Amino acid sequence: MLRHSAAAAALIGAALFTGAAFAQSGKVTVVTSFSKDVTDPFKQAFEKAHPGVTLDVQNRNTNAGVKFVEETKANNQIDVFWASAPDAFEVLKGKGLLQQYKPKAEGIPEKIGSYPINDPQGFYSGFAASGYGIMWNDRYAKANDLPEPKDWQDLAKPVYFDHVAMAAPSRSGTTHLTIETILQGEGWDKGWRTLKEMSGNFRQITERSFGVPEAVNSGQVGFGIVIDFFAFSSQASGFPVKFVYPTVTTIVPANVAVVANAPNKAGAEAFVDYLVSPAGQEVLLEPSIRRLPVNPAVYAKAPADYPNPFKDPSLGARVKFDVDVSEKRSNVVDVLYDQTITFQLDALKAATKAIHDAEAALAKKDNAEAKALVKEARDLVAAMPITEEQAASPEIAGAFTGGKQKGARQAELEQQWAAFAKERYQQALAKSEQALKLAR
Amino acid sequence: MAGATTAGRAHAPSRSLRHLTISASPGQLALALGIAVFLALFLVIPVGTVIYVAFTEKGTGAFTLVNFLDFARTDLFIRSFWNSVYVSAMSVVVASIFALPLAYITTRFEFRGAMLIQTLGFLPLIMPPFVGAVAMLLLFGRNGTVNLLLNDWFGFRIPFMEGLNGVIFVQAVHYFPFILINLSAALRNIDRSMEEAAQNLGSSGFRLFRRIVFPLAMPGYIAGASLVFVKVFDDLATPLLLNVKDMLAPQAYLRVTSIGIADPMGYVISVVLICMSILAMWISARAMRGKDYATVQRGGGGLSKRRMRPWESAVAYGAVLLILLLVLAPHIGLLLLSFATIWSFSPLPDAYTLAHYGRVFGESFVYVKNTLVYASIAGLIDVVLGTAIAYLVLRTRLVGREWLDWAATAALAIPGVVLGIGYLRTFYGVQLPDGTPLATLWITIVLALAIRRLPYALRACYAALQQISVSLEEAAENLGATKVRTVRRIVLPLMAGGILAGFVTSFATAAVELSATLMLVQSNADAPLAYGLYVFMQSPAGRGPGAALGVIAVLLVALCTFASHLIIEKSQKAKAAGR
Repeated sequence: MLRHSAAAAALIGAALFTGAAFAQSGKVTVVTSFSKDVTDPFKQAFEKAHPGVTLDVQNRNTNAGVKFVEETKANNQIDVFWASAPDAFEVLKGKGLLQQYKPKAEGIPEKIGSYPINDPQGFYSGFAASGYGIMWNDRYAKANDLPEPKDWQDLAKPVYFDHVAMAAPSRSGTTHLTIETILQGEGWDKGWRTLKEMSGNFRQITERSFGVPEAVNSGQVGFGIVIDFFAFSSQASGFPVKFVYPTVTTIVPANVAVVANAPNKAGAEAFVDYLVSPAGQEVLLEPSIRRLPVNPAVYAKAPADYPNPFKDPSLGARVKFDVDVSEKRSNVVDVLYDQTITFQLDALKAATKAIHDAEAALAKKDNAEAKALVKEARDLVAAMPITEEQAASPEIAGAFTGGKQKGARQAELEQQWAAFAKERYQQALAKSEQALKLAR
Repeated sequence: MAGATTAGRAHAPSRSLRHLTISASPGQLALALGIAVFLALFLVIPVGTVIYVAFTEKGTGAFTLVNFLDFARTDLFIRSFWNSVYVSAMSVVVASIFALPLAYITTRFEFRGAMLIQTLGFLPLIMPPFVGAVAMLLLFGRNGTVNLLLNDWFGFRIPFMEGLNGVIFVQAVHYFPFILINLSAALRNIDRSMEEAAQNLGSSGFRLFRRIVFPLAMPGYIAGASLVFVKVFDDLATPLLLNVKDMLAPQAYLRVTSIGIADPMGYVISVVLICMSILAMWISARAMRGKDYATVQRGGGGLSKRRMRPWESAVAYGAVLLILLLVLAPHIGLLLLSFATIWSFSPLPDAYTLAHYGRVFGESFVYVKNTLVYASIAGLIDVVLGTAIAYLVLRTRLVGREWLDWAATAALAIPGVVLGIGYLRTFYGVQLPDGTPLATLWITIVLALAIRRLPYALRACYAALQQISVSLEEAAENLGATKVRTVRRIVLPLMAGGILAGFVTSFATAAVELSATLMLVQSNADAPLAYGLYVFMQSPAGRGPGAALGVIAVLLVALCTFASHLIIEKSQKAKAAGR
């Protein structure tokens, strides 16, 4: 009897659900930066769950998507904005182009790792997460006799010189979060030191996120700092690549938001609800997508070796992440990285190589004076033009966003920072060369 | 050069006759106004709404020139500027080395397969976005086919794709068809009697080429070379692919497309790019001033074609094959990639499959159809405008007529993303009666493509008209023909080769354009091939299907190009037979 009524309740529930589904119809227009491999399964599943609704997917890179929503706001035709980079959502939110919406899903925690899943004001919601890690081409590593890296610090070792690639943090919102996590985890000065030691080994700093897995897949670069699903989907396509999460990694969310004045608001909300519903979360487990669900219950359906950030503390939980600190200085960190590293890569690499050579020579024949010189060189490379306090100050932040008060202009700051870095890299190069002579 | 001047002058009309054709009629005035309005509406205004930021102060929006001062004071920009100048100039040199032998051999000698070579030599221009780059790296990259083999056999690598020299190599391979196509059209147009006269006077061989033939073909060469220079100067895709960021166009792109930072410098660089492009065109026009390249005799199929001696023909075939192999390598790589299962750190793919074509077969139909429609309409708009502008600039004395030329040329310097944003800004507010914004119609994509590729057609038409002697038009007018009739019956038929060259260049390059398209595509049903490619090329699994779409795009354009070469050849044969 009891069983019967439960079944009846389920039936009624199902009827209600489908009734609700029928209530929405027409076209839901989504602007997304996700590839076809991600959007196609979701489109199929969503349209199946909501008969009569078509999901119209417009693929644009994140930047083009943001600009499109911005330029067309007067006569908006877009319902949903769907992408990874949290900074893109922050920009849209800041310009009033998003609509607050709290999805009707249950069982989704506040945080994944140490990063909040949803926007505190409810303008956008996380629907999946991904961890950062190191991906490498196995054939490349074997051909060049390179060991398998385990941690971020490994990539700063001399053997990896000229073998590593990463996307520029100014071009990839998720890379930006990784940089910020290192800065917050190790502190401003130590963090930049680590970043520069790693970056001195870079072969490329790409201008789009996908450029890194592409270079590793084709074997042009051996090692890449990438978001996990790029590695997993490359493996699924058969590329000879491997992937490791470092002991401390960041977990970054992928988001979805309803656009302000959406022509099909009900449909947009239905899509957001679907993404965070158990059915939608399960789609994430497909091999071609392979992202981490934000609903902990869904991991029960995942394959045995599937990473679970809610159980595995190395996935994000060990690092602390302060969103306020990050937001205040996000432009400054990006531009600092570009001016002192991306656009000075040749000078930085020359200094790094010279330091490596001097240290190799010192390992064979010790020399106190040379050691001191190398230390000076390392300090010169690590030096930053501004302090943590300055980076968060409104005067400097205002130079990038266009604050009303008159401060230094962005171009002036850029020139100062670039000149600062370039001069020190050249000095570091000279000192290490001197050290090498002494150690010979 | 002196040879050209004297040779050309021999047939030039006497100065006194000139005034007959250079005064502007009301019809010409209306034409000029119409073109000016079109350019203003679809180029100047949309772009202006975006790049005016270069002249404003960040935050307040007040007018200022301080941003340009900042440009001059920033080491990065100055370094980028000189890098861009160096790379562009060297690319012209290397591209000429590729183009001259191909153009000369195929037009001067009886050469089997000349038409095929002309078509193949044109293909490098059609480099589908993203996949073309991947294919190029897989062949010439640090761990590409060539370097892996070299390293295995001899223990060294050649840095084809490293730094500025890498950019020069790739740009020269990519854009040398501009020189090839314009120079070939010009060579075909040279009056045979010039050459015969020189031969009668005892000139032959290389001297004949250097003193007579090449100088007479100068308009075509300059048209191609200036295009290469400006295009390389303004190109951002290749440097970014090679991770060279200290050049001007990539700097502009990186700044215009950064999220959340309101940086005027990207637009300042755009203004600098536009000024430099116009300057380069102005210099090339200056270089040609005071010389007359027109010859009177027409329609004879150009230079007499010589039969080669056996050893000559062996050398010629060898040279042609070598160049073709080099410049077509990316396409060979693309073809391999489209059939490859996995291709990673190995000279050749691991295995081959047809699955990628299977995956794109169904959905590529709509892309192919859209691409054909968009690119042909854009190409047509371009040759109509190009012919009209060339005519106005060369045959009238309207005040400010050069500005039409320069405005159209400036389109080269405008990053596609800026044009795309400008179109959204200008046309999204304009609504059709049923409420849909004007910018959502596919015709907007066509207009953006037409504007972006107009400079190519314009240069070709301009060069063609430069080679036609005014005296032919004067003769027609003296016999009572109206201006319109003269243009229709005399000028246009004589320009046909150049116009077709312009159409093909515009059409082919429009077919693989992405940056503006990505901003303007509103739905999959309206998307061209390049967009489909982009959608695939964002995931590891999409590489093969993306390459397959790339091959389809290249084949499509190649077929159209081949067909148009056939048409040229036929019409020339028909003319020759009719004489």
